[in-house]
Amino acid sequence: MNSSSRQRRLTAAALTALAVATTATACGSGSGGSGANAADSGTYTIWDPYPQFDKGSAWAKLLDSCGTEAGVKIKRTAFDTSDLSNKALLAAQQDNSADVLIVDNPVVSTLAEAGVLTTTDDNKLDTSKVDPNLLAAGQSDAKTYGTPIGANTLALYYNKEVLKEAGVDIASVKDWKSLTAALQKVKKAGKKGVTFSAIGTEEGSFQFLPWFWGSGAKLTELDSAQGVSALSLWKDWLDKGYAPNSVINNTQTTSWQEFASGDYAFAENGTWQLANAEKAGFDYGVLPIPGADGGNASAPTGGEFVTVPVQGDTGRYATSQKLVTCLTSTDNLYDTDTTLSYVAPTSEVQDKQVAANAELKPWVDAVKAAKGRTSDELGTKYPKISEQMWKAVQSALSGSTSPKDALSAAQSAVK
Amino acid sequence: MSHTTEVPHRRPTPGHSGAGPTTPPRARRRPGSQQFAAWAFLAPVTLYLVLFYAYPLYRNIDLSLRNYTVRSFVQGDAPFTGVENYRTVFDDPTFAPALLHTVVFTAVCLVFQYVIGLALAVFFNQHFRLSATLRALFLVPWLLPLIVSASTWSWMLNSESGVVNALLGAVGVDQVNWLTSPSWSLTSVIIANIWIGVPFNLVVLYSGLQSVPAALYEAAALDGAGAWRRFWSITFPLLRPVSAITLLLGLVYTLKVFDIIWIMTKGGPADSSTTFATWSYQLGFGNLVPAFGPGAAVGNLLVVAALVFGLVYVRVQRKQALS
Repeated sequence: MNSSSRQRRLTAAALTALAVATTATACGSGSGGSGANAADSGTYTIWDPYPQFDKGSAWAKLLDSCGTEAGVKIKRTAFDTSDLSNKALLAAQQDNSADVLIVDNPVVSTLAEAGVLTTTDDNKLDTSKVDPNLLAAGQSDAKTYGTPIGANTLALYYNKEVLKEAGVDIASVKDWKSLTAALQKVKKAGKKGVTFSAIGTEEGSFQFLPWFWGSGAKLTELDSAQGVSALSLWKDWLDKGYAPNSVINNTQTTSWQEFASGDYAFAENGTWQLANAEKAGFDYGVLPIPGADGGNASAPTGGEFVTVPVQGDTGRYATSQKLVTCLTSTDNLYDTDTTLSYVAPTSEVQDKQVAANAELKPWVDAVKAAKGRTSDELGTKYPKISEQMWKAVQSALSGSTSPKDALSAAQSAVK
Repeated sequence: MSHTTEVPHRRPTPGHSGAGPTTPPRARRRPGSQQFAAWAFLAPVTLYLVLFYAYPLYRNIDLSLRNYTVRSFVQGDAPFTGVENYRTVFDDPTFAPALLHTVVFTAVCLVFQYVIGLALAVFFNQHFRLSATLRALFLVPWLLPLIVSASTWSWMLNSESGVVNALLGAVGVDQVNWLTSPSWSLTSVIIANIWIGVPFNLVVLYSGLQSVPAALYEAAALDGAGAWRRFWSITFPLLRPVSAITLLLGLVYTLKVFDIIWIMTKGGPADSSTTFATWSYQLGFGNLVPAFGPGAAVGNLLVVAALVFGLVYVRVQRKQALS
């Protein structure tokens, strides 16, 4: 009796162990196959980088209503933007991708290179209405890997009160020289000049690009004389105290907080801060970022793409296509881009946005002039270039090397 | 990801059904059953170790020996390239500074954490009024989530609007760019990490002090030994076993410090506060196109370093057990 119960426990333990081992092997071979989509063919998964929207938000409701329209249930998961590309790669490795994936636009070419995304040939998405300069960020080798849900870009916000106090006429700010002269006046008046984000991440490159492109430099040659002049401009502002030293560690959010304090004349920031600008409590204006010798510099496009990842079961694409089409239909785009504070990717919706809110006009213009970071057939080369670029910006601004040396080192590291 | 979700889910099932087929084994009883029992009891812990320690470690080594691109990562057909990733890492201009920063960071943090922790432990050992309350207050850095304390430090050390520069400004010191100047960033993260590590040293050393017999101090006092003499001749030598363990654990913890540095400086500016831990993360996750291979290689170097000190720890412990 005693021994039999011991025996029973033993067998149970052994079987448990065996079962665990089997499970382990199943996992190890990476062919789990269950999870995101296999659970129920009537449930479609959507991954997005908007954790700020909870279940009750307009965005979540829109997803559900699009699901109902397509006759399926939606399971939505929101990730932090910086997490999403790795999560998407891991999911693809486990053959467990979401049905619809909404990702930051410079990530699209990387995921496409990894073979994670379907092309518009496969998923039958209609991208004909989208502005070509925005769509370019999702194209490589003449193939399109998704459609933008909205776009944003950078411009200069300015504080009208500070400029008035310093005696600066904003109409005089047309190029780098006049901008620097304005900053000098602001500093003399005892106020602070300009704030931006030069942090050592993609955000830093994103903020530097309008100046880099505005100088006439190209991403394929970081250490050109024009490129050096752009970095020298920033470095000069820091040295003369026109820009605070904290920009080296500023994210775009902390940079905005500095501007919102009301002490700064200018801030380089994006469309998404418009709602906060209304709350800042001072009169503000928006100015496209000037090029070195006048005109408007191209700013990089921000914003996400709606993509359809590759599935083992290709029959799912038809429904996924319906979902994406619903999400990017004219009416829904208008609502979504209003919630996100984005500029719409199609002229039709842009006109509607400007009609509803005239203040969006400079932003729509800026978006039309903007350029995708992975455009010019850079694709997956962009991330490498960008990393070296933000490192060079950090080295130069922190004073560890000169702008010229920093960019030469960056260029040789890219090769 | 699938490990953690699937294993607990499936494990109970065979436990229930296992009650059924108990009869057959009884017929096959053999003298070896005792050994079988031993193995069966060992199995759960072995499996646990294999699943959660050996397999991830194996994967990490495998990652570091293959040339992974995003495409081959997804399709799992990365070519084996031997020590190529390690060579890339050693040749990287970041390697030497990262090594130096890791050594300096670990050594300086350890020394200060230990000295301050020991001083506080001796201080609180006096059992004055409110000593328990104060000691509890000293634990706060340990109890706070790292993201909270690191963000707070980075606000306090902000060049323009930080409270530290405001205080320094009040006494006439010029603005110090704590987080944004290459010559200060490492110092800043070291200061923050010392602050976080002191409570651990305090707690362990304080409990070590409780085991020093009070009679020794009385005897020494009768013999006319002063406070300083009593510390060096009684407290310090008797605390040696505890000190060794504190330092060795601290070393392993400090070697892999990541959060504080990443939140405060991202390892910059210009790699001036990059350690192996942040570098490994930067390579693997800090870019739009991850370099998994070199990232894993740096991670493995850290594992080896921690392992070396772990072995030292085991040896020291064994020596103590013998003596």
